[in-house]
Amino acid sequence: MTEHSTSSRASAKDPFAATARDTTEGKVYTVTGGDWDTIVGSDDPLHHEKLVINMGPQHPSTHGVLRLVLEMEGETVTDVRPVIGYLHTGIEKNMEYRTWTQGSTFVTRADYLSPVANETVYCLAVEKLLGVEITERARLIRVLMLELNRIASHLVWFATTGMELGATTMMIIGFREREMILEIFELITGLRMNMAYVRPGGVAQDVTQDAIDAIREFLKVMPKRLKQYENLMNGQPVLHARTKGVAYLDVSGCLALGVTGPVLRSAGLPWDLRKTMPYLGYDEFDFEVPTETTCDVYGRWMVRWHECQESLKIVQQVLDRLEPGPVMVEDKKIAWPAQLAIGTDGMGNSLSHVAKIMGQSMEALIHHFKLVTEGFRVPAGQVYTSIESPRGEIGCHAVSDGGTRPYRVHVREPSFVNLQALPAISEGGLLADVVAGGASLDPVMGGVDR
Amino acid sequence: MEGIVVADEKLPHPAEDKPSADAKPAGERMPQSTDVSEGPADEKVYPGHAAAGEPDPLPVKHPTDSIDRLQATDDLDEMVSGGGAPTSNPVQHGMFGVIGSGDTSGMGGLVRRRPTAAPAERPYGSYFDETVDALAAAFPQFDAAVEAVTVDRDELTIHIRPEFIAQVCQTMRDDPALRYEFCSDVSGTDYLGEARRLHVTYHLLSMTFRRRVRLEVAVSVDDPHVPSVTKVYPTADWQERETYDMYGVIFDGHPNLTRILMPDDWEGHPQRKDYPLGGVPVEYKGAEIPPPDERRQYK
Repeated sequence: MTEHSTSSRASAKDPFAATARDTTEGKVYTVTGGDWDTIVGSDDPLHHEKLVINMGPQHPSTHGVLRLVLEMEGETVTDVRPVIGYLHTGIEKNMEYRTWTQGSTFVTRADYLSPVANETVYCLAVEKLLGVEITERARLIRVLMLELNRIASHLVWFATTGMELGATTMMIIGFREREMILEIFELITGLRMNMAYVRPGGVAQDVTQDAIDAIREFLKVMPKRLKQYENLMNGQPVLHARTKGVAYLDVSGCLALGVTGPVLRSAGLPWDLRKTMPYLGYDEFDFEVPTETTCDVYGRWMVRWHECQESLKIVQQVLDRLEPGPVMVEDKKIAWPAQLAIGTDGMGNSLSHVAKIMGQSMEALIHHFKLVTEGFRVPAGQVYTSIESPRGEIGCHAVSDGGTRPYRVHVREPSFVNLQALPAISEGGLLADVVAGGASLDPVMGGVDR
Repeated sequence: MEGIVVADEKLPHPAEDKPSADAKPAGERMPQSTDVSEGPADEKVYPGHAAAGEPDPLPVKHPTDSIDRLQATDDLDEMVSGGGAPTSNPVQHGMFGVIGSGDTSGMGGLVRRRPTAAPAERPYGSYFDETVDALAAAFPQFDAAVEAVTVDRDELTIHIRPEFIAQVCQTMRDDPALRYEFCSDVSGTDYLGEARRLHVTYHLLSMTFRRRVRLEVAVSVDDPHVPSVTKVYPTADWQERETYDMYGVIFDGHPNLTRILMPDDWEGHPQRKDYPLGGVPVEYKGAEIPPPDERRQYK
């Protein structure tokens, strides 16, 4: 009742808002696409060749719950309308009701294939608002995690795109290597995905020697596996036939549509925020920004393949530089007091910390309680930070009103923005190329819908 | 943390909050779901509403919807500013979250104002002077279009009058001294309490000069019209749709301004601050935990 009266009052002045019916069972929403009947009804199927096809939201090659309404003339796609929102979970709204630290837990679930990038861009925004500088070790660990995450995300992309183009072996071996990275993540953070590992002020947990050994092992194995992919896929005639000249989008098209990441670099523009507007000290690492000039799906395949190699180089350099040190800022008004311990069931409280606050120091207990329940205050203002996620520029517009919770956090999701290009790259092509073109944008619906 | 303004004025204790409660007709504060079959509404005594001049020891609790809660906020606002003109600067009440939730902590009288960034003074520093000068040179109606320029945390914000935003974007993109050829992000923010409370921010990126700038426009809920920038930056298409969906800002000239994340026939704009979070209470081991936006919590 409360909700209804508010919203109807709000929409009374709004000519664009639709109305919902009140029935005996309460409020009923129709969640079918609004324009389906209009599109289908506008054409007489007996006298025209036009065919309207609904693809998704439950379709295996739409990378989640993406729905496409396709108009076809024979095998040619004349019109593509992407319909999104099936995975909208109100992450941005929910964050306004939690502390700044808890925000990490929310953004990590947006683009679930690159959780570290989401967390990092959010934490950079919070740190910019706070005006704090993270420690050297925390910075290097973030870079390490970002690059491992980039490889993991690209591996899923190779796997799923390979499968959609008919290469099921690629799918199996892609997930096999990704599993190694997820195990490293589990060693470091206690969780495989959605780790909420990067926190405002640093990272939640130090990287142990076990994890570093596992990463070194991974660095030995992975180049061979990349070579294996190359032998399996890069020269394969079927892959070439399905990807070359497909889903063409040049630089001006990319810039107009806001497309960044491997898609932009496959068009020849070496725009990578790690190089062009460095953050987290990326400028001190030695790596290349791979580009192609083919503007097609094959180019995007090659860019991602080369990027995995470059990320391995960065991971190696991070390991060489990693020195012992704190991973959280010293300010105890920001840093959570517990060095969390990894238990058998994931991340939990540190027993020594619990023993201290419960048994020795009442002040420490009060401080812990205040920091965890109330959180820290962030000076008022707004900032925008951006980093290079596996899919392109991920940005975070964070507004603080001076309180302990975000006033507004907006995540500029590369998946969301890049997906707009789908009609531009697939109209006029074949239906099968919609699958290849859509996959080449690498949309993750968790990020698109948030 | 010097950006925080704490407790610049103190309200009377909540128990003395009588004038505002009495100033309103009783009917306006009633729960809407009241069963009227029990008798005339004006004879009933509601929790929180002081009956027959008897002082109510607890702060007024409003089980009504959030609009009424906001009404209560306005009352407090008037008390703070001595009943004068409503301030354009929204205030935040107390240390705890929900107004009228029976907060007995004694902190309910603290009032905190949301500080706004003061207009920057020249020189702005960095490339900011250059960008503003170039815009002033290239855009003939600069004085009419630009409301303020603020610099905060090494970021330049140019506040634009809504009607000029599309033309300013055109200049920002095309002028050789500016070349903000990439629109990173368009999003909204709801500054509840301001007259023009809906803000739209545009984060532009110059790949040529490797610079960023933020343009910001503010509109009111009654007239939420902003010219669409999709003709200049086609990438703004979905982002403006999202801003419309979540905040109800109407982008004139947009090719297809429909909802994008919420269902087509959704009512209201969910990310406005007066739109409730919509959670349900959860029972845990016999105790009922209220939904997140109704919990007693710190601000």
